[in-house]
Amino acid sequence: MTTDSSADVARATGLGKEVTGPGGHLTILHALDLCVKPGEAVAILGASGSGKSTLLGLLAGLDQPTQGEVWLCGQALAGLGEDGRAALRNGRVGFVFQDFQLLPTLTALENVLLPLELGGKAEPEPIAQAALDRVGLAARSDHYPRQLSGGEQQRVAIARAFAPRPQILFADEPTGNLDQETGEQVIDLLLDLRNAAGAALVLVTHDPRLAGRCDRRLGMRAGHLESLA
Amino acid sequence: MTAWRLALRLLRRDWRSGELYLLSAALALTVAAMTAVAFFGDRVERAMQRQGGELIASDLAVDDGHPIPQAFADQAQALGLASAATIEFPSVVLAGELTQLVQVKAVGPGYPLRGRLRVQADPVAPEAEAAGGPAQGEVWAEPRLLPLLGLETLAGEGPEIALGETRLRLTRVLAYEPDRGANLVQLAPRLLVNAADIPATGLVTPVSRVRYRLLVAGEAAMVDAFRDWAQARLPRTAQLVDPEHARPELATAIAGATRFLRLATLVTLLVAGAAIALASRRLVERQTDAVAVMRCLGAPRHLLTQVFILRLFALGLAVGLVGVLLGYGAQQGLVALLGDLFAQDLPPPSASPIAVGLITGLVTLFGFALPPLIQLARVTPLRVLRRDLGTPGASVLGATLAAGAALALLIWWQAGDAQLAARLLAGLAGTLLGLVGAVILLIRLAAWFQPRTRGVWRLGLAALTRRPAGAVLQVAGFGVGVLALLLLAVVRVDLLRAWQEGLPPDAPNRFLINIQPQDVDPLRAFLATHGLADSGVLPMVRGRLIRIGDRSVDPDAYPDPRAQRLSAREFNLSHAERPQADNQVVAGRWWGPEDAPDQFSVEEGLAETLGIRLGDRLTFWVSGHEVSATVTNLRHVKWDSFNVNFFVVSPPGLLGAEAASYVTSFHLPPGRESVMAELQRKLPSVTPLDVDAILGQVRRVMERGARAVEYVFLFTLAAGLLVMLAGIQATLAQRRGEHAVLRALGASRGSLLAALAVEFTVAGLLAGLLGSAFAELTGWLLAGQVFDLEFAFNPTLWALGVLGSGALIGLAGTLATYPLLVRPPLEGLRRG
Repeated sequence: MTTDSSADVARATGLGKEVTGPGGHLTILHALDLCVKPGEAVAILGASGSGKSTLLGLLAGLDQPTQGEVWLCGQALAGLGEDGRAALRNGRVGFVFQDFQLLPTLTALENVLLPLELGGKAEPEPIAQAALDRVGLAARSDHYPRQLSGGEQQRVAIARAFAPRPQILFADEPTGNLDQETGEQVIDLLLDLRNAAGAALVLVTHDPRLAGRCDRRLGMRAGHLESLA
Repeated sequence: MTAWRLALRLLRRDWRSGELYLLSAALALTVAAMTAVAFFGDRVERAMQRQGGELIASDLAVDDGHPIPQAFADQAQALGLASAATIEFPSVVLAGELTQLVQVKAVGPGYPLRGRLRVQADPVAPEAEAAGGPAQGEVWAEPRLLPLLGLETLAGEGPEIALGETRLRLTRVLAYEPDRGANLVQLAPRLLVNAADIPATGLVTPVSRVRYRLLVAGEAAMVDAFRDWAQARLPRTAQLVDPEHARPELATAIAGATRFLRLATLVTLLVAGAAIALASRRLVERQTDAVAVMRCLGAPRHLLTQVFILRLFALGLAVGLVGVLLGYGAQQGLVALLGDLFAQDLPPPSASPIAVGLITGLVTLFGFALPPLIQLARVTPLRVLRRDLGTPGASVLGATLAAGAALALLIWWQAGDAQLAARLLAGLAGTLLGLVGAVILLIRLAAWFQPRTRGVWRLGLAALTRRPAGAVLQVAGFGVGVLALLLLAVVRVDLLRAWQEGLPPDAPNRFLINIQPQDVDPLRAFLATHGLADSGVLPMVRGRLIRIGDRSVDPDAYPDPRAQRLSAREFNLSHAERPQADNQVVAGRWWGPEDAPDQFSVEEGLAETLGIRLGDRLTFWVSGHEVSATVTNLRHVKWDSFNVNFFVVSPPGLLGAEAASYVTSFHLPPGRESVMAELQRKLPSVTPLDVDAILGQVRRVMERGARAVEYVFLFTLAAGLLVMLAGIQATLAQRRGEHAVLRALGASRGSLLAALAVEFTVAGLLAGLLGSAFAELTGWLLAGQVFDLEFAFNPTLWALGVLGSGALIGLAGTLATYPLLVRPPLEGLRRG
């Protein structure tokens, strides 16, 4: 396992991703470089199909690049297997997805409990309950996802993401399935919690207003990353 | 957190969400069926053995020409077994001026331990069960003794007869004696006496020819303990008599019934296994997202694998216990339903079926559900971003091997019969391969038709063909269900009928022995005159086996008691040019007219018991000299045919010159008993034997066995229906989203309903076609290869199978899916 002594919570160098499809080789990401500092909020803007989600998946160790290297929380992902990457994510990386990805069979509280239980936390319930409280859903902790509105489901997902106090949070179009007003509330919550926890945030979106609330904005176009401001 | 804690938490949550209901239902049914079959089979088998025990009026008997040491009765008592003593000897009774040779049987208190005596107050009075033997001072006589003593009625106190030095009153006609059939060579009529009267007769002295018997009965384990104890202390002249060895034809019938019961159990297992496989597949599909999220949140694969295994174990154990309880209840229901079928109360079941149920449940669950669940741990966490990444392609080979290994283990364990297990496994593998191959072909055919059709047909066929793997599984699942239902018909109707027809209504019920050579032609003429067909008048030569090869035959050298008995007694040998019609040469070759005469044909069971092989030279002691010949063929004999059969047969050239008497059997229709009296007058030296009672017992065992098997197959039926339900349920989740989209696009409920009906009916027809073909094939293979029966193809089965399956699955599938159509489309769109 390679350890990077630099202070970046996530770093990619020469990162590339190619896939082979029916039409031959397709390059999704072209040798891009990226650093995310602790506590920094970085927005990645781009149109559909520009490679934003692929980049997010590679940075979070959900997928492997075809070229280049990724460091996450100070560790190089290249030398890690699937389980090694999972162990690295455990408790240190949080996720918020466009379609919430709550487990339908678990209540709101149980969904928040899940990463804490997987991380082997001794007393996970009070932590999970507090996280739900912070997103204003303490009273709905026994509700199942299908009994919650889209905004409420996303707030449960945010509570789940922050409950283990991660170093970095990856958010993939977190307001994509929500109306504008609910989306605003969700992004307020996300940024507030990020500030309180001191976690870095990598936000993938195509909404410039949302991106404008981040420390740094990067544009993704046809697999190339460029600084927007 | 330990994997256990997580496993139990997730199990509880999954249970609450309803995701495990189908799998649990399939598993509970498997365990319930297996346990019920095991409990019920256990009790029926024990009852059958006990009814077999009727033939010796006990579970085990010690038989000796000398008084049986008191220690044997004491030991039986110490083991908590019931015991009763009988003494048998020939004597003469006197009534008025007439005397008659009788076979006296003196019975003590408790006799009979198994079965009941049936008596009549008068020769024309109805039969009634008697609680025990005659009271002191009284005797009971077989019906044929009365005319021989010039008695017509037993009115009043009953006529007095003299037996030895005492006088006794003949108070009842003995209509049925359970252990009567055990001794075919019983020439004189029976006189049943109270043992307390024997000393007064003065007939039993140390030099008398008397057979003593100690009968014991009770719990099977204790009887076994007694057998072991007695075996080691048996006097040289004594032998142990088991019900199974009392009559080979009854043993064959019991073995047949046992095989059918085991087969029924195994078919239930196979069908329920298919339901579990389908339910597991659905579970895996529904868990994929959850696993992807957990992987994304940092759950390592090994933890998830551990969690799946533990969760499965906990589920298997919990549902298994429920299944055992259900199984126990189900068999109680069966017993209540069948209560009057069994003459006696069924013995209580042993505890072993509980273990059978739990182990079966766990092995089945792990065999069928573990491979896809372990595969689930390999779901890529990237699925949280890309929904198009589905469940990892399950290793078909791995899943098949695991399921095959689980089945092999269970079949081998349950069948207790390597041959049956191996054939079933080979048959199963062939069936599955054939079924899946045929389904793939048919689905392709449907796919070819689909673009050429319109409207609901196009939609319905598309639903069937656009998910080939799912469709193959679904139709194969339906096929297994239909196969189970049709097997019920095949086994219930055709196999059981063939089995019972093995003992036709006109099976011989009278044997004639001691036929002298000069009486053979007059006897044939007599039988022909009365329209009675004999099974062949065959020569019988008595001989004792003294050598096999160079080895002298020493009964004590055989560890097997049956081998000891067989080698100690005289054999009935015969000679013939051709084998009897119901004999089948299974090894070697039957002789031709030109062949050397020094050959023997030996019954295969005897050969196996005594260790006789083809090519061995056997030497018999016949009429004061040795007769030797080589074993050139082994024969399979249908002992339950009730035809005259012989263990050893030679060409006429070898034994034809030896002094022989003849033997035959024939069927005497009820009401024509007067023919026997006429025969006795014309050919007084011929000894008739009435085997109606034993024939009736064999018939009863067959009838009860068949009924028991039919009821056991009801579980297979339930399992078959569950497989179909699982097949329908397997696609519900996918349909919810599809129907919502189609309805949002403007499809009417009516057209969607019609498309569903088309899809399920076509699936049902395909499954019916396959199920019918495989049911016939299985029936044919089982009949010919395992049960040794004639099998006739059944065209109505095909009509019933194909059309019935199309209608049943079409209706059930449409009805089960209909609720999706009445829900608002938005609900389906939201749930995806």
